Amino acid sequence: MAQLPARQDRLSLRLHIDSRPEAVRGALGRVSRDLARFGIRTEPRGAVELVLAEALNNIVEHACRAAPGGHIAIALDAGPSRIDVVLRDDGGPMPGGDVPRGAAACLDGSCADLPEGGFGWFLIHRLSDRLRYRRAGGENRLEIGIPLSRGDRRA
Amino acid sequence: MDVTTHESDGLQVIRVEEARIDAAVAIQFKDRVRAAVAPGARRVVLDLGAVQFIDSSGLGAIVAAMKAMGEGQRLDLAGLTPMVDRVFRLTRMDAIFVIHDSVEGARGAS
Repeated sequence: MAQLPARQDRLSLRLHIDSRPEAVRGALGRVSRDLARFGIRTEPRGAVELVLAEALNNIVEHACRAAPGGHIAIALDAGPSRIDVVLRDDGGPMPGGDVPRGAAACLDGSCADLPEGGFGWFLIHRLSDRLRYRRAGGENRLEIGIPLSRGDRRA
Repeated sequence: MDVTTHESDGLQVIRVEEARIDAAVAIQFKDRVRAAVAPGARRVVLDLGAVQFIDSSGLGAIVAAMKAMGEGQRLDLAGLTPMVDRVFRLTRMDAIFVIHDSVEGARGAS
């Protein structure tokens, strides 16, 4: 009988993409597939994909808007209790030198006043437990930590 | 980005035939839904049963589609998959839209 491969207790993924929405989509697909193979269940996988999507969209739409053809490096490390991601890009610096607070959208008022944006950072803050931004050497570096609960990974 | 529409008894169902509503398709999505809304439909139900992933761009596009509805028209949502449902709850957008479990449920409700 063939021996089962030893269960991996860590997953390490390194991706380099262009700052385009289609490239973001491709990277998210790759991350989701690898996390599924690592045993992460559908719901926590969706949360990781959402946080990454919001952070990467922000880089594409803001940091790299003035300079198309930017590059983004994605480093993802998953362990038993958490997933840590480091995103580096060569786009413009974050306004104010830090990540936006991401307040919940104000939903009072009329339909016409409803926000069509501004949910991204709110979602990142809600789903992560560690967020750190640094600008160094002409590069943005965003570190995001996402906690995993017991049961988020198949036994 | 495809949508299919079906109309009966003043209720129009617009089904999103796409697994993802994300930044890559958000603008196209908004335009497709706007174009698909029948001027005479009083109630429009956006069937999201095929959508497995939505980000804040996609959420914004749905809000924009709702804001573009005509006077006396209403946009409801139906068939949210677990991931999409979670995004609506986290952003409290579940309080803004009437959300039905299924298209059948939307037909029964008024």
